[in-house]
This record gives sequence, structure tokens and C-alpha cells, in this order.
Amino acid sequence: MVNYIGRRLLQLIPVLLGMTFVVFMIIRAIPGDPAQVILGQLASKEAVEALRAKLGLDNPWYIQYFEYLGGLFQGNLGESLRTAQPVAEEVWPYLAATFELAFFAILIAVIIGVNAGIISAWFQNSWFDYTAMVLALVGVSMPIFWLGLMEQWIFAIELGWLPTSGREDVRNPISAQTGFYILDTILQGRFDQLGTVLKHLILPGIALATIPMAIIARMTRSSMLEVMRSDYIRTARAKGQKMFWVVYKHALKNAVIPVLTVIGLQMGLLLGGAILTETIFSWPGIGRYVYEAIQFRDYPVIQSGILIIAFIFVMINLIVDILYGLIDPRIKYD
Amino acid sequence: MSNPDPKNLVPAEQEVVVEQEAGPWRDAWKNFRKNKIALVGSVIVFFFIFLAIFGTWIAPEGINDQKLTERLKAPSSQYWFGTDDFGRDIFSRVILGARISLGVGFFSVIGSVVVGSALGIIAGYYGKWVDTIISRIFDIMLAFPSILLAIAVVSVLGPSLVNALIAIAIINIPNFGRLIRSKVLTVKQEEYITSARAIGMKDFRILLSHILPNSLAPVIVAGTLAIASAIIEAAALGFLGLGAQAPAPEWGKMLADARNYLRNAPWTMIFPGVAIMLTVLGFNLMGDGLRDALDPKMKT
Repeated sequence: MVNYIGRRLLQLIPVLLGMTFVVFMIIRAIPGDPAQVILGQLASKEAVEALRAKLGLDNPWYIQYFEYLGGLFQGNLGESLRTAQPVAEEVWPYLAATFELAFFAILIAVIIGVNAGIISAWFQNSWFDYTAMVLALVGVSMPIFWLGLMEQWIFAIELGWLPTSGREDVRNPISAQTGFYILDTILQGRFDQLGTVLKHLILPGIALATIPMAIIARMTRSSMLEVMRSDYIRTARAKGQKMFWVVYKHALKNAVIPVLTVIGLQMGLLLGGAILTETIFSWPGIGRYVYEAIQFRDYPVIQSGILIIAFIFVMINLIVDILYGLIDPRIKYD
Repeated sequence: MSNPDPKNLVPAEQEVVVEQEAGPWRDAWKNFRKNKIALVGSVIVFFFIFLAIFGTWIAPEGINDQKLTERLKAPSSQYWFGTDDFGRDIFSRVILGARISLGVGFFSVIGSVVVGSALGIIAGYYGKWVDTIISRIFDIMLAFPSILLAIAVVSVLGPSLVNALIAIAIINIPNFGRLIRSKVLTVKQEEYITSARAIGMKDFRILLSHILPNSLAPVIVAGTLAIASAIIEAAALGFLGLGAQAPAPEWGKMLADARNYLRNAPWTMIFPGVAIMLTVLGFNLMGDGLRDALDPKMKT
């Protein structure tokens, strides 16, 4: 196991280097003079020269790359052209917002998805099974941004149950400590604000959760159906054990491995989905940070934002891979 | 006495042979026809293909026929899907948008299949350092969430429909590359490939006449499902302002424009979204059906 983890970490090095190179190339691959493109055609010659110098575009590309890499090792993610702040400093609140939203979404997706899958398999070919699987099929095909808009229209505008956008009530702002508002409000004992935070989380959380939920439900169902046909399940039932325990204790334990793979993959994909959800719901997360940077052609932020999300994505995949072995000792790593 | 049915004169063993000669494709078609859900998917897909081809004749109005006195009109017998903020007929724009979305879906996937297959075949067939380099490039590309990589590509090339298409084609290359590579690795071990090599067949001919046809089924399945995700990705880029530009009736862009009118004119948002969802659902159902028919081992 330790060997396996070591080998996986070693394999990660070329991938991480490749990622930094791809991100490094984002500015350099812009056709024409990148500094001119960023500042626009009306920019003065001096301003363009100054930006070229600031971005280090005057050196040969390989020197630029090593300088960029050296900076990354020192935690230097560049400086935003819009706010003139170091990206490494201003990115944390955005990251915390995304983590909170993604965690909430995966929680919804797992709780509803796994249970829907289990019940569908338990009552195979029942009306519940058919309805759940049709909904899952529709869910997989649903553009997340359309779902978000539909939610806003129905639940926020028409029914007025939930807020349309944002993360908090602007008239009653939260004093952030950790950046995770649920945690902050609990730590500060502000349970009135906790309710507001949760209300703000529901619509974007559901929008982000829909696709993973549908995929998890389908995976759980097929995995459970396979396990439910095995001999030991028949034995457990023959012994007179209650169906509920057979399903939730015996069957689920063995059906959970492929489901975990899917959950792991979905957690990474949520980060990609976050850019759309955050744009719709004005959620101040890393996705919106990158989106705004695109609008302002703030390339250092675009680069670092993409690098951070990809880095987290790779790490989640690594952790999920390692976790399999811990959960299921039958999995051998060569 | 009538002549005996010639079928009855064929011994049972020969009948089996005749049955086998019908080939895997005919079997697959038989399986596919039995799958009702997949047929529904195909009907949806062909409906949208029909709209994409003949939309210009079906749509009552053009993509940019503005009538400012008719702004934000609710659905009615005159405007089935209502009108948008420029007084344009949403029904016509949704129909005409089919060509854009399906076009991006098809052509981006064709691009990914061609480049991905070429790289996958080279990696799988030649192995060694060639394989290592190509596989690492695939790993790096897959290390990015796909929409993010597409955004990175478009932010370099500049926002436009063609650049969105290129970006989507690029992000799907490693999926097809890996698929073909693994297929090549399996097929390469087959005895008939060894024989082909033994009789002096050139590498290129072996690749073209043996390995490529054997890899076709999984590519068709993955390709159909990839069209579904490519349509969503194109719409997502359009929604973020990085894909098709005004006045193109691209569904994602229409949704982005509709955001400002959710309160007063929700129909501007409902219909383009339904169009995206139905098209994607169609391709997903058809893709699932094709997978079950062409590759029963992968059946879920």
C-alpha cells in the first residue's frame, strides 16, 4: 500500500508539471502580442511595454517557464491585473465558498442518489424504479445552467421561498473567520445567520448536485442489482433476516465500491460545474473568480484559477484511488 | 405435390453458419431495434437532425428578424414560444439553433475521433517511448475538468463559435485516444495480426485493414455519447459568452440573454433549455442503446 501511494505520487510529478506548462501557455499562446490583446488596441505603447515587462514576456519562453515554475514553488501565483493583489492572497475566500458549495452538493447527491439507487434495485421494475431511472436519465441530460435558471424562476421569483443569488444576506453580513460560512456562524453562535446561509446554499447546491445525483443513483442501482443476486444475500434472506438489513447492511457493503469510484469522479467534476453554477447564482467562488477574470482579460487570475481547480481535481482523484484499498482490502495494488 | 421448401433441405449445421455470416452488425441492429428506449432516443435525434437540415424552411421567421413593438410577448398562436427582448420569434430561433448545436456536436466529435484515433493507434501499436509520451499528454489533458480546459483554450483563441468547436474537439481527444489505444493493445496480440505481419504486411496496412475496423464499435458508442456532452459544453461556453456570438441563435447564448428577463418573460429561458435537454437526452438514450447492442459486455 505504501509502495503504491509512493508510486502514484511519483507518477503525479509529470502530470503536475504538464499542467503547469499548459497553464503557462495560456498567455503565451495568444495570437499576436499578448500584452496588446490584454490591454486592447487603444492602449498606449508605454502601457503595453510595461505590461510585457510585468508579465515577463520579454525573455525566451523556456526561461519564462522556469521563472513561472520557481514562483509557483514559492507560492507565487501571480498578481491580478484588475485588483493588483497577489492571487495567492485573494483566492482563499473564493476557494472556501466553492468548497462549501461543492461539499453541500455532494452531500445531497450522495444521500438522495444512493438511497434512490438502493430502493430502485430493491423494488426492481416497480413504479418507483421506473420513475427514479427516468428522472436520473433526464438529470444526466440536464444542462446545469438551465436547471439553475429554472430553479431561480420557480423557487425564488415565483414562489419566493429562497433567495435568488449570493451567499449571505447583504443587510446582515457574516464576519468571516474560516471562510466556511456554515462553520463561521456556528462558531459565532449566530444561528439566525446559519439559517440564511443554508437557504442561500439550497438552490445552487441542488443545481450542482443534479448530475452527480443521477449518475450515483444509476450506478448504485446496477451495482446493487448485481450483488442482490449473489448467494450470500440469498443465504441471509433464507436465514430469515429482515430485508431492510439485508439490503442496507449486507448488500450495500459490497455494492459500494463502484459507487465510491463514481462519487470520487463526481467530486472532481463538481469543480468544473461550479464555474457555471457560481455564475448563475452569483456565488463568490473560484469558478466565478475565473469567470470574472475572463470578462476582464485578467490572464494571471485565469491561469492560477485554472491551475488551482485542476490541482484539486487531480488530488481528489488520487485520494479516491488510495481510499479504495482502505475500504476494500480485496483490492490489490501491483 | 408441391416442391419442398429449400430451407428445409439445408442441414441444421449449415443453417447456423448462415446465421453467423450475417455478422455482428446485423446482430447489433437486431438488439438495437428491440430496445424501445434507444428507439425513442433515435427518434429525438433524427427529429433534431431534420430541424438542423430543413430548419431554414420550417422556421416562420429569420434568426434576427427584430420587431421592437413585439418585444417580450408571451407564447401565443402567433408566437408559439413567445418573443425575446428584440421582438424576435423564439420558436424560429430555437429551430434554427439546432443547426448550430448539432453542427458543433458532430464536427467537434469527428475532430476528436480523427485526432484521438490517430494518436491512440500510434501509441498502442508502436508502444515504448512513443506510447509513454502520448499517454502522458492524455493524462495531463484529463487532469483538467473538461469545461475548464475548454475555457482555457477559448481564452487563448478568443470567443467564437468556431473556437468553441475547436476547444471541445481538443478536450475530447484523450478520451478517444485512450479508448483506441487499449483496443489496439488487445487486437495487436491476436494471432491474425501476427500472421499478417509474418506474411510481410506493412504496419500501415495492418492498422488500416485490421486494427481500425476492430475498434469501430466502441468508437461509435463513445462518439454518440460524446456528441451529447459536446452539445452541453458548447451551450455552456455560449452561456459564458465564450462560444457563439450575437445574433447567432445558439441555445446556450439564448439562455444567457434570457437571464435578465426571468421575472417578466420566463419563456425566453424555458424553450432553449428544453431544446438542449431533449437533444442531449436523445443522444444519451441512443448511445446507451448502441452500447448495449454493440458491446453487450458493457451493458449496465
